[in-house]
Amino acid sequence: MKRRDLLKGVAFAGVAGATGLGGFPGIWTGRNAAWAAGSDIPVGVLFSKTGAVAVVESTLHDACMMAIEEINDNGGINGRKIRPFVEDPASDPATFADRANRLVRRDKVVSIFGSYTSSSRQAVLPVVEGQNNLYWYPTLYEGRECSRNVMYGGAVPNQQQQDFVPWLKEKFGGRFYLLGNNYVYPREENNVARKILKGIGGEVVNEEYVPMGHDSFSSIVSKLRRDKPDVIFCTLVGDSDVAFQREYHNAGLDPKTMPVASLTRSEIEVKAIGGEAAAGHFSSAPYFMGYQSAENKKFVEAYLKKYGQDQVTHFVNEAAYSQVYQFKNAVERIGSGELKPSAIRDAAVGQRFMAPQGEIEIADNLHSYLWPKIGQWQADGQAKVLVDSKSRMAPEPYWAYEGQECTAEGLQKS
Amino acid sequence: MHSWLNEIFIGLSLTSILLMVALGLAIIYGTMGVINLAHGQFVMIGAYVAWFLQSQFGIGIIVGLPLIFIAGALLGLAVERTIIQRLYTRPLDTILATWGIGIVLEQLVRGLFGSDSRYVARPEFLDGNLILAGVHMSYYRLFIIGFALLTLAVTWFLLFRTEFGTKLRAVIQNKEISECYGVSANRVYAVTFAYGAGLAAIAGALITPMVSVTPTMGTGVVVDAFLVVIVGGVGSIVGTAAAALMIGEATAWLSYLLSETTARILILLGVIVLIRFRPQGLFPDKVRR
Repeated sequence: MKRRDLLKGVAFAGVAGATGLGGFPGIWTGRNAAWAAGSDIPVGVLFSKTGAVAVVESTLHDACMMAIEEINDNGGINGRKIRPFVEDPASDPATFADRANRLVRRDKVVSIFGSYTSSSRQAVLPVVEGQNNLYWYPTLYEGRECSRNVMYGGAVPNQQQQDFVPWLKEKFGGRFYLLGNNYVYPREENNVARKILKGIGGEVVNEEYVPMGHDSFSSIVSKLRRDKPDVIFCTLVGDSDVAFQREYHNAGLDPKTMPVASLTRSEIEVKAIGGEAAAGHFSSAPYFMGYQSAENKKFVEAYLKKYGQDQVTHFVNEAAYSQVYQFKNAVERIGSGELKPSAIRDAAVGQRFMAPQGEIEIADNLHSYLWPKIGQWQADGQAKVLVDSKSRMAPEPYWAYEGQECTAEGLQKS
Repeated sequence: MHSWLNEIFIGLSLTSILLMVALGLAIIYGTMGVINLAHGQFVMIGAYVAWFLQSQFGIGIIVGLPLIFIAGALLGLAVERTIIQRLYTRPLDTILATWGIGIVLEQLVRGLFGSDSRYVARPEFLDGNLILAGVHMSYYRLFIIGFALLTLAVTWFLLFRTEFGTKLRAVIQNKEISECYGVSANRVYAVTFAYGAGLAAIAGALITPMVSVTPTMGTGVVVDAFLVVIVGGVGSIVGTAAAALMIGEATAWLSYLLSETTARILILLGVIVLIRFRPQGLFPDKVRR
């Protein structure tokens, strides 16, 4: 040991002893002092507060921060506080990658909570894989991914559709009109929908994709009048979804005979659509704000109290909230061991957490067992849960791809 | 079925919206040669004023239109007096300046009201559809078509039947000579810019019941408006109207027969081919610059 280091150590021991931290040995042994035992636990929070997707993503940020505060107010994890490093990636995938890099290298975080869009997740992927860090991604997504460095907290297509599509066919008929924005998510979802429909004797009358942000749907409405589908299977997102539903309502189409069944519409979109125009249509998701459970009541009350009564909770920020608790449980399980991202991942698998939607579990493939629900929108902007899954549904990110399976060893091809 | 009649109506409806947005842009460009890239943000501001009036004071869109016009015009005036006015001799720089103004406005709105998507209700008495010969026409769309025609008429009247219009046309034809005759080009510019901004704000308010109101909504709107202005020939009212009609109908028909994405591609291709052979647009104005 060099004299200078010894002096520093003595000085530090004095400070630590004086403040009663007592974490000196831990700091001394770990070169990366940031995650030494006894100090705060550094995590990254990477949600856009500006830019195109900030509307939704800022609510994920809010839910995530609320969970962190709750945990810290209740004494932290094993007596250690979570210390969030917040970055604003401004809805830009390149910035996501850059900020993730900064969080991992400079701030030495042990996990990052972040992203709403698939493109931003995919931009962060090489960073967390290269540095072997852990990315907690709360959004439902299109599946076909099996990283060992991402904790997928949202639903994959099979979880949203396996119950939903047969239910729709039974209730309204099997002629589906598939409508979505033109990018990977709607295409993968429709791929799954086609497969399910084929199995149960339904048919696809039309499949149409509109550009992102497209907001003029009068021609689509004419086509709906022409084709008269039983169900409009909708994977439009954001502004397009809002514009479409308002157009549908203005045109005087009837949800009783031609309902819109959406995989992407949450309380946020319904707020912008207006309750009246959204009423009578359906969404499939693991969580709705109006879901009746003690955990959800607590979650909604805390959220509205913190961020304002006009806010809403929805199936993505519920997951953003729950993931922080799943992280907490994993860290607790590690106990006094070294806090490495890979250790957190291994400790998280199999963990159960009583989330607002029901008790969820992290699967071997790092996706989540969830409780899919079918909700019908009401004029007050809330969904009434009509069907609640009887059991936790397993995540199968490669459901539509035979011979491919995402397992604890990564993607297996047979 | 009467699907083709239906498409004609949809085309007209798209035309009316395009026309409302493009008219302000065309006038501003035609008069002072300023390519106003902040136009979309003026549209967005109009939408937010409509939302604000409705949510805070319960004033509906249609009753609020004069206020919305005034708000847009005042904003336009402020922007013209403080920034654009200083750049008339450097037309290329106005592109950058207005682009910047657009970003500032967008972030300002985001800062003030957040980035949530806002809901604006349609006037109740315009609920429902008129079904005529199998064509479903929503009353609100009929109203917008009527209103766009009215705006076109008012603008035409302003340009060709008022003293201000005479001055404006004189300035467009030859600024220096007009000034020799005592026309204050600066004032004409300011008023024109304010009028164009006011029109944009009205257009923004009128589309609120059909789209979602967000700080970024202006960007998409303005692209189509630019297409219209380019096809129509910059600065020509007749050209703007004709181009809006062409693009509106083409969008309606192509997206019905093919798909929205293909329609978009074909229309943009069409515009490229058109400006290859008619770089001045369909109805170029005969102006000395």
